[in-house]
Amino acid sequence: MARHVSEDPFRGLALPTSANRPAGAPHRAATVAFDHVTKRYGRRDDGPTAVDDLSFFVPAGATCVLVGPSGCGKTTSLKMVNRLIEPTQGRILIDGQDISTQDPTRLRRGIGYVIQQVGLFPHQTIAENVAVVPRLLGWSARRRRDRVEELLRLVGLEPGQHMNRYPADLSGGERQRVGVARALAADPPLLLMDEPFGAVDPIVRARLQDELLRLQRELGKTILFVTHDIDEAIKMGDLVAVMRQGGTLAQFATPAELLTQPASDFVARFVGADRALKRLTLRRVAELPLEPAPIVGLGESMGAVRARSGGRTPRWLLLVDRQRLPVGWVDGSTLPDAAAVDAAAAIRPSPLLGRETTLRDALSLLLDAAVRAGIVVDEAGRPVGLATIDAITALLHEQNDLTDGRDDPDAAPGPPDVTAGPTASGSRDDGDAPRGGRSPRAPRG
Amino acid sequence: MPSEPLIRWPWVTAHLDEIGAALGQHLFLTVIAVAAGLAISAALALLAHRYRRAEAPITWLAGVVYTIPSLALFVLLIPVTGLSTLTSEIGLVGYTLLILIRNILAGLDGVPRDVLEAADAMGLTRRQRLFQVELPLALPIVMAGIRIATVTTIGLVTVTALIGQGGLGQLMLAGFINLFPTEIYVGALLSIALAVVVDAGLLLLQRALTPWARGGGGRR
Amino acid sequence: MELAGQVLAWFSDPTHWQGADGIPVRVLEHLEASGLAVFVAALLALPVGLVVGHTGRGAFLVSSVANLGRALPSFALLLMLIPIAVDVQLDFSTWPILGAMVLLAIPPMITNAYAGMRAVERELVEAARGMGMSAVQVLVGVELPLALPVLLTGVRLAAVQVVATYTLGAVAGGGGLGRYIYDGFARQDTPRMLAGAALVALLAIATDAAFGVLAHATAPRGLAQPLPGRARQPAADQAG
Repeated sequence: MARHVSEDPFRGLALPTSANRPAGAPHRAATVAFDHVTKRYGRRDDGPTAVDDLSFFVPAGATCVLVGPSGCGKTTSLKMVNRLIEPTQGRILIDGQDISTQDPTRLRRGIGYVIQQVGLFPHQTIAENVAVVPRLLGWSARRRRDRVEELLRLVGLEPGQHMNRYPADLSGGERQRVGVARALAADPPLLLMDEPFGAVDPIVRARLQDELLRLQRELGKTILFVTHDIDEAIKMGDLVAVMRQGGTLAQFATPAELLTQPASDFVARFVGADRALKRLTLRRVAELPLEPAPIVGLGESMGAVRARSGGRTPRWLLLVDRQRLPVGWVDGSTLPDAAAVDAAAAIRPSPLLGRETTLRDALSLLLDAAVRAGIVVDEAGRPVGLATIDAITALLHEQNDLTDGRDDPDAAPGPPDVTAGPTASGSRDDGDAPRGGRSPRAPRG
Repeated sequence: MPSEPLIRWPWVTAHLDEIGAALGQHLFLTVIAVAAGLAISAALALLAHRYRRAEAPITWLAGVVYTIPSLALFVLLIPVTGLSTLTSEIGLVGYTLLILIRNILAGLDGVPRDVLEAADAMGLTRRQRLFQVELPLALPIVMAGIRIATVTTIGLVTVTALIGQGGLGQLMLAGFINLFPTEIYVGALLSIALAVVVDAGLLLLQRALTPWARGGGGRR
Repeated sequence: MELAGQVLAWFSDPTHWQGADGIPVRVLEHLEASGLAVFVAALLALPVGLVVGHTGRGAFLVSSVANLGRALPSFALLLMLIPIAVDVQLDFSTWPILGAMVLLAIPPMITNAYAGMRAVERELVEAARGMGMSAVQVLVGVELPLALPVLLTGVRLAAVQVVATYTLGAVAGGGGLGRYIYDGFARQDTPRMLAGAALVALLAIATDAAFGVLAHATAPRGLAQPLPGRARQPAADQAG
């Protein structure tokens, strides 16, 4: 389904923001609209163009990732939202309000901001850093303190341990958590994040990404997120705006659509030759058609198994113990009817896959273990079926041939209506549009 | 005076009042000069920080004043302000300006860009940013400048003895004129000791004021 | 201003341009003594600063010298050296002021030589070693040229301070431009005094400018060219 902006996304922009809010979301989230925004530098705005006629709409509660090579204007675009940079032309609207009419400092106090270098105040304690905006807003000391403790816990830091330390005492990952807590301090409906995890090592980055996804599920904020890393964009975004040099929008789409239907050679190159694999990161084992696992219990005789399967016993059987936890595979053809199957007969088990494992990880595990099938287990660790490489590749092909709109597999973190454009009259998508009959490229001009 | 010892202790014990008075005047001249210099430097540095175009002329002027030899500067002022405390103070203040302005500016310029950006993005006004973020973060380098200016001024105060002021410099000059080493050494050593003690005191003050800058360097 | 006219008149008097107390002789005396002091101080300070900067060992020594230098005012040093010079029967109008000037010039040179060497990027040194340059080749071919601008800034600061402060030598009966100031002061000859002050200020500024041009000319191509204006550094010190 197309998440691109239709012809004039801002026609009658009295946006019913509440309609876009996820049901029962505890906190307010804002919509963000870029309306033909252009930024040119130079004294008389005659210099190089950083952002060129950018238009897109981010529904309330969605995470929109701006991604592109360096110099594509993604950070400039982000900084125009809290007026650290003023656009040359065009408007930016938050909840339908033109931000150029608002006082910049008041506007900024209502928008969370997280940057790569974090920008913590080195001379203030962690507690003081988190409480900067609440203090500016005149909150009482008591209320600030409670909020700081709440936020530090939320981002996974122990308040008692960290509140009175200085930023210099923290690791890079801890500092970034404090940065996120600070941005959330006054419960803003909108967060701007500029390469927030760009300065930490890959392991910490992955963890911080996962935590942000978890936080986002809890808070349901609208997030604009800048990165140059397409993998991060695909992982974090409900919507992805791919920008290219010169500040033009190359494609505005969901991650899935970006991977299946890149709008241009540029997007295809930027997404990478491994986009089929990347697509697999968007899907979970739970979506695969599972093959039934031929199971044999510990101590059961082969005769009983053969009788149970009506003579069409597969050669390889999955041995489970008394708790029905997998032990390994046994070669049934080598065992006589009378033999009771014991653990000694089992050879190494296939990889165990959870239902939430991404297909990319599943495929990698299967290739690594050099087996055809992985054992899918439920939360208790009991086998529920087999996931095969064939099933994964079949799903991939189906995805390639996909012409109808399919629900975004990773929509879980976002509200269900992230895909609803403001003017698409609420229609989810032109699901029956002929393949290639629509351009995912956002219209310009 | 080959047989004359460098310090005759009986003279010292007999003249403690005189020595104490000289030390007191020395400290007084220094404190006034550094305080006035800091006030003027802060105003000029903030001006240069706010209006970048003003930086070059301000530091150039402070640099020229700094380059003028101390004795020459004091002498040039005599026709205007006479052999007065004011003359020595104008000269002493003049010499603190370059050090203090440069360090205040370096301190303000040293505030990391990301911190400034975060301050702006959180909606601090310009004034709030200056007083709550930039000046506190500039403090270690400003304090370093104050230390250098103070120690330098303590040294320069001795020269003002030549225009009738001078604190401990008076003692030293009298010793030179009377060919009496004790007075020279008492004055010189006390002036050095004063510089060391005041410097250490300011360092302690700096540490107390900037608990967040471990090691006292102030740079991240 | 009447006084300005008197000073100009003093300058235009041809007798002030001749003989042992003439302006050319005094300027040369001043430059000669200052140059000697800076040269001796450079011989002492630069090798130490370069070696400490190169090895990274002894940084404490460098910072101690810098702090001590600031706490030792030249005027006090000059007066303290006089009784000693008298004791060992040296001319107390020449040697004490030279000694004080050498001690004045050492701190800025040692700290800047050190800072210049430390500022050379470690990656460059490692790259040079990686290409098979010997320790001496690295020092002479890579580190010294790159450290030169900062080192020269130290020499420049030292020279300007010495030229400015050598004036004090007149108090002990030395030569140079300080004579005009001190004699003018003693004789209540204000034009002479002011002329001397103006001359010494001009000479100090000219010294600074000359080193600025030198720095500009010797800066390695490819490095950001230092402007021939004033040396820029966070804080220097002028001892009295």
